Amino acid sequence: MESRYQATVLLAEDDPDDVLLTQIAFEKARLANPLMVVRDGEEAIAYLKGEGIYKNRDKYPLPILVLLDLKMPKLTGFQVLEWLQKQSNLSHIPVAVMTSSDSDPDVNRAYDLGASSYLVKPPDAGTLLALVQRLHAYWLILDQKSVSMAA
Amino acid sequence: MPKKVLIAEDDASDIFLLQRAFAVAKVPATLHVVRDGQEAIDYLEGEASYSDRKTYPLPDLMLLDLKMPRLNGFDVLKWLRKKPGLKRLLVTVLTSSDHPTDINHAYDLGANSYLLKPHGSSDLAELIRRVQIYWLESNHCATSFVE
Repeated sequence: MESRYQATVLLAEDDPDDVLLTQIAFEKARLANPLMVVRDGEEAIAYLKGEGIYKNRDKYPLPILVLLDLKMPKLTGFQVLEWLQKQSNLSHIPVAVMTSSDSDPDVNRAYDLGASSYLVKPPDAGTLLALVQRLHAYWLILDQKSVSMAA
Repeated sequence: MPKKVLIAEDDASDIFLLQRAFAVAKVPATLHVVRDGQEAIDYLEGEASYSDRKTYPLPDLMLLDLKMPRLNGFDVLKWLRKKPGLKRLLVTVLTSSDHPTDINHAYDLGANSYLLKPHGSSDLAELIRRVQIYWLESNHCATSFVE
């Protein structure tokens, strides 16, 4: 099992500005964890499946945490959650929805589909940095992870 | 409005330590305690003595021990995730077990998170503080537990 301090975080996010802001926040927070980015729901599933280029698990390790946008092209965050629910070998990976939507139906539906957590994208870089630090302190340090069981 | 935390824990000294940790960490939450898995289910169902939702409200977060009499934490998770609406409840396992099989099993059964009970009281207060900051402040919980 890889050291949690090097463990990968997978960001599924289609908006390039939001990707950049998150990458900057990870850097500012001095996180050692590699942040891998996928740009739509299909790519997210391919990554988690280890399909195509993602078969190379040295280059694309299974993540220890998934940050999942909801509104993405090809497949939405909800569709990714639906797919994940059926993968018994991936059910140990916590998925935190990270989206601009704070609508009640979206929140409730995310939990129905097995999201571990639901976060609303903060409006400014300062609050995003604080959120990334909280994500780190909770998911990457405190929370206990099981050994990866996937292919 | 203070947050509500339900603690499912059978050990009396652990209950005391948890309540103290919340106080030391200055977490603005009301705590309710159930002593085993069956009581946890009765509480969440609003069964019998727990039917008064003013006195026994549904929690914003449940801290769930694994090893409990009558029904254990795994039984509670299994039951909970089958209930439409109620399955949206946030459940963090809080246990002394660090066995990978327990961790895997808890996540398989739908735990939102899995935390190890630390040994020192200051470590426990710090854990509770992080639980508060993440689950009770940053995280958005479900707004309805009815389908």
